[in-house]
Amino acid sequence: MSDVAAKPGEAPAAAPADKAPAKPALPARRRDLAPLLLLPVLALVALPLVGSLSTWATLTLSGLAMGMIIFIIASGLTLVFGLMNVLNFGHGAFISVGAYAAAVLAPALTGLMRADALALNLVALLALIALAMAVTAVIGYAFERAIIMPVYGQHLKQILVTVGGLIVAEQLIVAVFGPVQIPLLLPAAFRGSVIFGDVAIERYRLIAVVVGLAIFIAMLLVLNRTRIGLLIRAGVENGEMVEALGYHIRRLFVGVFMAGSALAGLGGVMWGFYREQLTPGMGMDVMVLVFIVVVIGGLGSVGGCFIGSLLVAVMANYTGFLAPKLALGSNILLMAAILLWRSRGLYPVTQR
Amino acid sequence: MSPLRAVLSGDPPRTPALATILAAILFGLAFAPFLFPGTAALNVSAKICYFVVLAASYDLLLGYTGIVSFAHTMFFGIGGYGAGLALYSFGPSWSAILVGTLAALVLAVALALIVSLFSLRVRALFFAMITLAVASAFSILASQLSSFTGGEDGRTFRLPETLRPSFHLLTEPFAVNGRILAYYLVFFAALILFLLMLRVVNSPFGRVLQAIRENEFRAEALGYRIVVYRSLASCLAAAAAALAGVLSALWLRYTGPAVTLSFDIMLDILLMVVIGGMGTLYGAVIGATLFVLAESYLQNLMAMVSQATAQVPLVSLIFHPDRWLLWLGVLFVLSVYFFPTGIAGRLMTKR
Repeated sequence: MSDVAAKPGEAPAAAPADKAPAKPALPARRRDLAPLLLLPVLALVALPLVGSLSTWATLTLSGLAMGMIIFIIASGLTLVFGLMNVLNFGHGAFISVGAYAAAVLAPALTGLMRADALALNLVALLALIALAMAVTAVIGYAFERAIIMPVYGQHLKQILVTVGGLIVAEQLIVAVFGPVQIPLLLPAAFRGSVIFGDVAIERYRLIAVVVGLAIFIAMLLVLNRTRIGLLIRAGVENGEMVEALGYHIRRLFVGVFMAGSALAGLGGVMWGFYREQLTPGMGMDVMVLVFIVVVIGGLGSVGGCFIGSLLVAVMANYTGFLAPKLALGSNILLMAAILLWRSRGLYPVTQR
Repeated sequence: MSPLRAVLSGDPPRTPALATILAAILFGLAFAPFLFPGTAALNVSAKICYFVVLAASYDLLLGYTGIVSFAHTMFFGIGGYGAGLALYSFGPSWSAILVGTLAALVLAVALALIVSLFSLRVRALFFAMITLAVASAFSILASQLSSFTGGEDGRTFRLPETLRPSFHLLTEPFAVNGRILAYYLVFFAALILFLLMLRVVNSPFGRVLQAIRENEFRAEALGYRIVVYRSLASCLAAAAAALAGVLSALWLRYTGPAVTLSFDIMLDILLMVVIGGMGTLYGAVIGATLFVLAESYLQNLMAMVSQATAQVPLVSLIFHPDRWLLWLGVLFVLSVYFFPTGIAGRLMTKR
């Protein structure tokens, strides 16, 4: 005992690593596959109801694309909630800000956007996305410092303060851009549809699928394969322990919050191009859907959020086709069904 | 206990400052038709009356029980549509109002119960999100069923004869027409509802709600089933909000999504309760009065300042009349940080 106390610095080096008995392998992480089956099952159930294969494929694919856009928006929210235990009702503001940032830069890139070459159009889109993400990340930094930091750990105040932030942000957008709709036109190459046999898919939806998948895979890789991701996951499980191990968890918080805001900005650009017109309240309008997705997926879970987004969007498409009157309530019904099955969402984050 | 204390359920405003402000508001509202002539002023007074009930019922949830709901406008809307559609379909009669009100109350309480049992079981955070989702679904539903609800346009209807402007109760010594009677119906109903809610929060039941707000685990350890209490509070608040909706429909003679169900009204209620003061019903009175006055008159005032300072570029931009909600939003954020008990709480603390 006294040896260790006298030379704490040498303790790890002195440990006889090679003589230690071989550690029993950790039990494999329990994999929970049932939620993964939901989407295929839903699609298979819908097939006979829809009847025509090509209609079904169109509905499914366009639903998946819509789900990708929702996922991009929702992923930032769930990531921030998982790590920081902050439910950011102001997330909707970042969606609007991202879309408006793109609309500001868009006129400068008119040449690239109108060009009849896919590569130039892609460059324009990427530039807009980069700008929107940068702007929302910077605003996210300010938002975290000014609005959220004083109320860590107090859910009631967090909700109130972030709603206040939402009101202020929305009003600022109205002050700068006016309350009217602003157009945001798609680059030339992304208009129209691609046709595979009987199935027609809008090109822009394909782009959305690519971007959404890229974000999902990138998030999985960062969270599961990098040191930062390790820290984030550890922070989600037990923030105090991570801090006790000497990591500056507040800095991690800011980083994750900025990333979440940037994702909202990216989602805002995608959503803005999808609607091709911007309104100051557009972020708040889509937030309802985002909250449903996050509740279905389990607060704080990225995988659950992904499944939830796709489920909600595909479900909305099927019901929109089969029973248009029901379509608007389909999200609520889906949420109720999932919560009856798992009352904390598909993949609840532990301890919370 | 003096009769006044008994009426206020033993919870009078604790400082002279607060008591003076509340008395001034009560006096102003009670004699509004005679103090402030003109339809615009009467509209503002009636709006204050039913928003006081709405904000107080929301405070029952937010301030006393500590749960955030975004579905409060849904219950407000149920009340408005209940009375409005009953008057529209059954013709202008008192029994139509009664039927509509009862139907709205039953629907509001049932919905509140379902939503609470679904989401309060797990955690209060879920409640905020789920209520938001349910409320938005409800407002979409209301505008979709346009053959029944009138869709986005809403429904205009006629009131029973005694409440119409053409009805004259008195001409001497001052004119009392149906419109003024309608105002007093709204005023006294709002007053009674407010006093009833004051009774609820000062009852043993209300104390348990506050205990849950302060410390959930301790309240549960003392043997109170928090889900039951929270659900009851949520049902009571829903019923009160539905009655506020009935009052608004009776006053406006119109019901539609823009005046009852929109998310903007939800934000307005939140601003009222937080700026006025959470956790005391008197805060709701002050918040609602302040907000409705600001909504009606602040814009004019800001337009005047903006015109007067037209030469100074930045100042005139700040005081642009459309910016009033921006400043209230800033005030909201600041009051959450620095005056968590709001104006009323500030006035209540004795120095």
